[in-house]
Amino acid sequence: MNLFHFLRQNQDQVLELTLEHLWLVGISTLLAVLIGVPLGILSARRPIWNKPVLGTANLIQTIPSLALFGFLLPIPWLGERADRIAILALTLYALLPVIRNTFTGIRGVDPAVVEAGRGMGMTDSQLLFQVELPLALSVIFSGVRIAVVVSVGLATIAAAIGAGGLGEFIFRGLAMVNNELILAGAIPAALLALAADFTLGWLEKRLRPL
Amino acid sequence: MEQASSGGPVIEFRDVSYKLPNGQPVLSNVNLQVDRGETLVLLGRSGSGKTTALKLINHLVAPTGGDILVNGVATRDSDVIRLRRSIGYVIQETGLFPHFTVEKNIGLVPRLEGWDAGRIHQRVLELLQLAGLNPAVASRYPHQLSGGQRQRVGVARALAADPPILLMDEPFGALDALTRAQLQREFLSLRQRLHKTVVFVTHDLSEALRLGSRIALLEAGHLVLVLTPQEFLRSEDPLATAYVQAFADGAIPAHGGAP
Repeated sequence: MNLFHFLRQNQDQVLELTLEHLWLVGISTLLAVLIGVPLGILSARRPIWNKPVLGTANLIQTIPSLALFGFLLPIPWLGERADRIAILALTLYALLPVIRNTFTGIRGVDPAVVEAGRGMGMTDSQLLFQVELPLALSVIFSGVRIAVVVSVGLATIAAAIGAGGLGEFIFRGLAMVNNELILAGAIPAALLALAADFTLGWLEKRLRPL
Repeated sequence: MEQASSGGPVIEFRDVSYKLPNGQPVLSNVNLQVDRGETLVLLGRSGSGKTTALKLINHLVAPTGGDILVNGVATRDSDVIRLRRSIGYVIQETGLFPHFTVEKNIGLVPRLEGWDAGRIHQRVLELLQLAGLNPAVASRYPHQLSGGQRQRVGVARALAADPPILLMDEPFGALDALTRAQLQREFLSLRQRLHKTVVFVTHDLSEALRLGSRIALLEAGHLVLVLTPQEFLRSEDPLATAYVQAFADGAIPAHGGAP
């Protein structure tokens, strides 16, 4: 049980890297929600925006993560600190599930319900905040959940540019050809992803309108 | 909102046309007047334009030609939000908000209008009684109700801010024959008490005959005729006689099929 021994001996560092990891994922998810939900609403409301918005988010998704970290490195303010780059990259990757699920969720609201609201004199914003968003909430939330789970995995790569997180152990282990060190990063990261998935899945169920 | 303007029609269609963006005509040159306190039934088959005609009144659909006047003011010139809040709207399958309780559904327009909570609650209780619902359903959600109860809530919601005009789009279409007959009876007694001007869409002649003070028959976007139920039954118009014939052939009881 060498791995267990290692984790025990380095528990302070494991904890620190885990918190760093959570911070990278948390901030980037928050940003992705702040940007992605309005974009999803826009593309649901104005069909013209649908293709460019979802197309761009899709395109970002195809850039290999290591390459994206590299591309962002020379950008002035951003390149100064590795965690800024990591957060931006993770935000960009998290956008697609958030935008797509917001779009799908709002489009999925029963048209009869929206029309009844409009026919009774609700304004566009009353319809959005009192009807469409509440009814789309669990679908939007499941997009956020996907984004978080993917980000937890992706964030390990952020260690390649020195942004910290549990990837530190993995890259150090790779360099030293030390499997225990690799597992010391990989296992907590996997557990983190599972825990996030479980917690958010539970929340999602509670948000379901019926 | 209620400009009690002389004795003119409450709703007036002036040479109204509506074409889809692709140019396909849905309604062509409709002229029609709805008088205060009457129930005008728009009768027609699917695709005749009857629902579109209804949605033109609360400006959910904007006419591509002509004008609709509500209380003498063209809908294209009115504040549509104010206009819609002064018109009750009931649709098939009710369009109740599934995430709102019955109380919140019924109280929607009063809440939008900024009534205080106590007054809304009082009004909701009044309406539940008016619509023949047990006050205990106030805290339930629409999916916990039967089809008939949902439709009653839909009617109560439309009446909440006491609008002078009521638009009803096949409100009883999805109900079983017995429940429908019961709601039709209640509608008639409600109408006697409340003196609303009602425009009612249906494809069912027996419903039109039972509820309408006048029947406007639509076919392929054209207004064919406007007659009282008695006149309709005696009409020699080929389309009207076709409706009466089909009604006499198959439809006793209303939707029952062969005896």
